[in-house]
Amino acid sequence: MLELALKGTKRYYGWVTGLLLVAGIGVVFWLWQLQFGLGITGMSRSVSWGFYIAQFTFLVGVAAGGLMVVLPYYLHNYKAFGRITILGEFLAISALVMCLLFIMVDLGQPNRMLNVLFYPTPHSMLFWDMIVLNGYLFLNIIVGWNVLEAERNNVPPPKWLKPFIYLSIPWAVGIHTVTAYLYCGLPGRGFWMTAILAPRFLASAFAAGPAFLVLLCMLIRKVTRFDPGKEQIQTLGKIITYAIIINVFFFLCEVFVAMYSQIPEHMDHLTYLFAGLHGHDTLVPFMWAAQLLMVTAILLLINPNARKNEPVLAVACVMVFIGTWLDKGLGMISGGFVPDPLHHVIEYTPTIPELIITAGVWAVGFLVLTALFKIAIGVKEEVMGEMG
Amino acid sequence: MESSSRRRFLKVAGISALGAGSIGAKPVLNAFAATGGGHGEEKPVIKMVPNKDSLMGTRWAMVIDTRKLTSAGDLEPMIEACHKVHNVPEMENKNHEIKWIWEEEFKHAFPGKINRYIEDEAVSHKPFLVLCNHCENPPCVQACPTKATFQREDGIVMMDFHRCIGCRFCMAACPFGARSFNFRDPRPFIEEAELNKKFPTRCKGVVEKCNFCAERLAVGQMPACVEASKGAMTFGDLDDPESEVRKLIRENFTIRRKQNLGTMPSVYYIV
Repeated sequence: MLELALKGTKRYYGWVTGLLLVAGIGVVFWLWQLQFGLGITGMSRSVSWGFYIAQFTFLVGVAAGGLMVVLPYYLHNYKAFGRITILGEFLAISALVMCLLFIMVDLGQPNRMLNVLFYPTPHSMLFWDMIVLNGYLFLNIIVGWNVLEAERNNVPPPKWLKPFIYLSIPWAVGIHTVTAYLYCGLPGRGFWMTAILAPRFLASAFAAGPAFLVLLCMLIRKVTRFDPGKEQIQTLGKIITYAIIINVFFFLCEVFVAMYSQIPEHMDHLTYLFAGLHGHDTLVPFMWAAQLLMVTAILLLINPNARKNEPVLAVACVMVFIGTWLDKGLGMISGGFVPDPLHHVIEYTPTIPELIITAGVWAVGFLVLTALFKIAIGVKEEVMGEMG
Repeated sequence: MESSSRRRFLKVAGISALGAGSIGAKPVLNAFAATGGGHGEEKPVIKMVPNKDSLMGTRWAMVIDTRKLTSAGDLEPMIEACHKVHNVPEMENKNHEIKWIWEEEFKHAFPGKINRYIEDEAVSHKPFLVLCNHCENPPCVQACPTKATFQREDGIVMMDFHRCIGCRFCMAACPFGARSFNFRDPRPFIEEAELNKKFPTRCKGVVEKCNFCAERLAVGQMPACVEASKGAMTFGDLDDPESEVRKLIRENFTIRRKQNLGTMPSVYYIV
């Protein structure tokens, strides 16, 4: 089926070339980072994780979001989603590729990466994160590829695939749970030390992933002959509505606990993010924008008439995606490091090279996504053609 | 398996095996002492012969008498002694700063113990020495995905600079901000004349921190900061009831940083 990714229109080649270009520039800057060290980023002794790890965290969510099409189809026999499960699985694959790349570009000594395998350390959450992320990547490749091949050949998917499909469902929950455990088990980091971090990650994942999928479905309908379907998009819209409401609710629970208890180690991070601390307030507008976007999206989505209007749904999905990205991809990691454990307020802003490397990784992810979606849609179009 | 034997070597270095003199000297390591014999008859025995000079302990700790350290000038010799002996670079960019032992005001060294009614400027702005606490229950060791940071039998929390992948999980895990990351090659920032050739320099991309002078204990020397402190800092074995540190803890009121987190720091402060 790989050949389907190689044949395309001029516009397709143009898009791929553009992505390759951005990825290539990213690689050049990454080489510079390898040569100089992580000092070319905005990270510091106080804020020792930055944009890379934040993107990683957000994208684990996008990958886990694929569950929202797989679960209704396989566990609830919701037939309509049979049409788009492959899109959810392929989106997960590309998000996971980005996750792994973001971890790699964040390492100080990436050439020693395999030490994680040579000296397996079960008491480190990073060890488990490596297992769940690679495992989920593997599961999605196996399941996605075989289901699509079966569809192409007009046969039911092989029986041996079932256990992998069922395994992939709790596994999706696992990837984001373990990713939350990276943060929430650390003593002295009050912002992350909350049992609701994993549930909150999952809620934002189940909003952001499907929101991105809705936008992709609309795009696919526009640029290809394959229509993912009105009903499918609407059902995803409902899922997004629930998920984004739960996400905001969880966030408000956090705010209540921190601000009502007034325990400084918990409260100070929220104060820093939403009001600024000791005159440091770089992130304040972004954090308010995130909340505003998510709340506005909720107002649009809970109204069935608005939600059923596709352009409105599209706008809401963009808001959900950007809002959750700001919330998790920007505030979540910086917010945990500022103030630092010694209560110094040292702010973090990514540097230009850091942003270029980040863009490069996103470009690689989109390249994988483009190729996989091209294959999936190619097969769908073939099958449609045969059915006349 | 070269690195695993190096690790074993690092682990036992403090309680054994180093020839007198310096770390560069030939270790008295009777590896494969049981020679002869055919395949599988006798396993080779690795016999460690403890260096008679090395300081041995099972729970190393430090007591800092802050009554004797009142100004930044009082702390300077200790910081300098440590950073010099461990080839800690002087970075221009504050973001890339590397420090093993440094000074903090009370409110930063002991956040959560702030008392705004201590109006005496001399107290509230008094510098406190902070360093790795060599926690009995170290979160950094728990977090490290490669065991590059590990705890020795004598309680010292050490780094294997050659195994560290630079993921900085340990920095997120440490509640004391004790760890530094080499954001760039540190070597150009160590003055040639100052270089201590008996201690390794680091490469870019790895984490480092205070090692309680494990390399000095191995040859019978006290930690560099303790030696430079003129009696304000004391180092010893908590498991020895007769040790100087136990005596100080018995006779004085001491506090430790963020005790409520349960990491059980081994650095005590007499206030």
